[in-house]
Amino acid sequence: MPDATPSTQHAAPGGGPPPDGRPLAIRLRAVAKTFGKGESAVRALRGVDLDVPAGALTMLVGPSGCGKTTLISILAGLLARDAGELAVFGQDLGALRRDRLSAWRRDNVGFIFQQFNLVPQLTVAENVSVPLVLKGESVGAAVRKAHDILATLGLEGRGASAPLKLSGGQQQRVAIARALIHEPRLLVCDEPTSALDAELGRRVMGFIRDRSRSPDRAVVVVTHDDRIFHLADTIAHMDDGLVRSVERRAPHIEPPQTAKQGSA
Amino acid sequence: MFRFAIKMLFGDNAKFYGILLGLGFASLLIAQQASIFVGLMSRTFAFIGDVGHVDLWVFDPTQSYVDEPKPLRTTALERVRGVTGVAWAAPLYKGLLVATLPDGKRQLCNVVGIDDDTLAAGPGTIVEGSVADLRQPDAVMVQVGSSQQNMMFPAELAPGALPAPGQVIDPKGPKRPVQIGDIVELNERRARVVGLVRCPETFTPGPTIYTVYSRALTYAPPARRVMSAVLVKANEGVDPAELCERITEQTGYAALQPWDYSMRTLGYWMRETGIPINFGIAIALGFFVGVAIAGQMFYNFTLDNLRYFGAFKAMGASSRLLLGMVALQALVAGVLGLGLGLGAVSAFGLNAAGGKLAFKMLWQIPFIAAGAVLVICVLASVISMWKVVRLDPADVFKGA
Repeated sequence: MPDATPSTQHAAPGGGPPPDGRPLAIRLRAVAKTFGKGESAVRALRGVDLDVPAGALTMLVGPSGCGKTTLISILAGLLARDAGELAVFGQDLGALRRDRLSAWRRDNVGFIFQQFNLVPQLTVAENVSVPLVLKGESVGAAVRKAHDILATLGLEGRGASAPLKLSGGQQQRVAIARALIHEPRLLVCDEPTSALDAELGRRVMGFIRDRSRSPDRAVVVVTHDDRIFHLADTIAHMDDGLVRSVERRAPHIEPPQTAKQGSA
Repeated sequence: MFRFAIKMLFGDNAKFYGILLGLGFASLLIAQQASIFVGLMSRTFAFIGDVGHVDLWVFDPTQSYVDEPKPLRTTALERVRGVTGVAWAAPLYKGLLVATLPDGKRQLCNVVGIDDDTLAAGPGTIVEGSVADLRQPDAVMVQVGSSQQNMMFPAELAPGALPAPGQVIDPKGPKRPVQIGDIVELNERRARVVGLVRCPETFTPGPTIYTVYSRALTYAPPARRVMSAVLVKANEGVDPAELCERITEQTGYAALQPWDYSMRTLGYWMRETGIPINFGIAIALGFFVGVAIAGQMFYNFTLDNLRYFGAFKAMGASSRLLLGMVALQALVAGVLGLGLGLGAVSAFGLNAAGGKLAFKMLWQIPFIAAGAVLVICVLASVISMWKVVRLDPADVFKGA
């Protein structure tokens, strides 16, 4: 995928508001998280400041153990922070009780896991339909919508297959379909290209980035894969529990792309 | 999501069949052993139930169960007859005697002597002949169709025939079932079969032989006391329970209604023998095998699916929904396992019907098995549920 060379601005830790005036999707201030107690305590986050713009793809990069996974867990409402401020699309997640937080995640967040986590006993379409079923849609209607979104990802006719019958790339696209079927405002991806070859990884990331191009949406990707860094609108460099620097890039000028059809 | 929970259960073939077999085997063991226990215990008081048209049994107060020989004085009969409210009272002899067959084979028999005049407490089911035929000389009626020890005669002897002088009958030669006209010796006295009867299987070995009371005494070894019990019919309108108390008060003998006497007999066997313990151990083993196999399998099944439950939780499924899914999986596995086990027990029971095996599945037994399976499922699912409740949705990013 050719990439127009983006203009890059390095901002201070936390990044500050996007220079192009895009609204903020996520705002973190002095967010801290410690695991364990006493001498065995591990300070995973030590006061993270970060502004994630809406309508853009933000990547969290950094060495293993720097706090990336902890950070996306917190901003996706999976993990409670110990200190600091966090607002996702204006919602203070710390103010939500556990059941309300589950409902908020159900309605607002899509997940793409590194391990895919596709249930092998369910069909591909049933796996994809889970977020809609959780929202109360009937299984039949949800599965029909799953077939539709699978078709847009080049997986027509594979809805009735078992996930394990698919290749790694196809499984990743199924996971993407599951993450997007309920049109979440926030898409959180954990190493989405780790199981894919370079070409397929680029294609998948292109599809994910296209989905971020809406003022009421945002995509946050945790990755080690420097082959896809150029696709990011914002790159937050993390180290030792802190966001050390933020690269802001101008929006890409290439037209939106979808993943090619056929087996990956 | 519940539909998906069921698909997850059925989709993991190895574990699903493992859980099913574990629960099925547990319910099979529990229901089958309980049914055999009930069948065996029912035999201990089967004779009491077979004696019809009787309101009360009067017997020695130290007697614990119906087969225990604690004979009464002959005066007991008149004393009982003298109690107000007694319509009639009849003597009963019951004892184990040895019968000698024409081929010289000896066989232990349960001899019952019923009242000569009224023939009360006679055999319940007469296959051939009439109870009135017992009034003929040397007449006896013999049980047939027993699963345990039928009276078998040499096939070469026609009914009523005895071996000719010098005729040697091979004890291992072909046999035939007892027939009317056959002759046996009871305590070296002649007895002629005038009827064939069917009786419930009892706890004592050997066929039951009915005769009249006076003749039974001639078969029995000489003793001062020979009357096993007095059977009583209450006058119309008299409460049998009150009559029991009155008889005990006036005679000093124990008096019980048939059901109470059955329970006294059952109680003796339950208390004084190791039978309940032995069967209890087998039933407990069934339960623990169920817990061990099905519980472990179900726990492993949940553990294997924990990452998917974690993904569901991350996607917004509440803990309550996930617990409901686990509970439904346990319930479905439990119902199917129970059905499998009870089906196997029923087939076993049908196959065992009429055989030597004591098998009686009371309606309560399937419910007991269902309760045990429910406990197994609850135990298994509670442990699994604990893992699900404790599951941190953030673990899905750790490859959990």
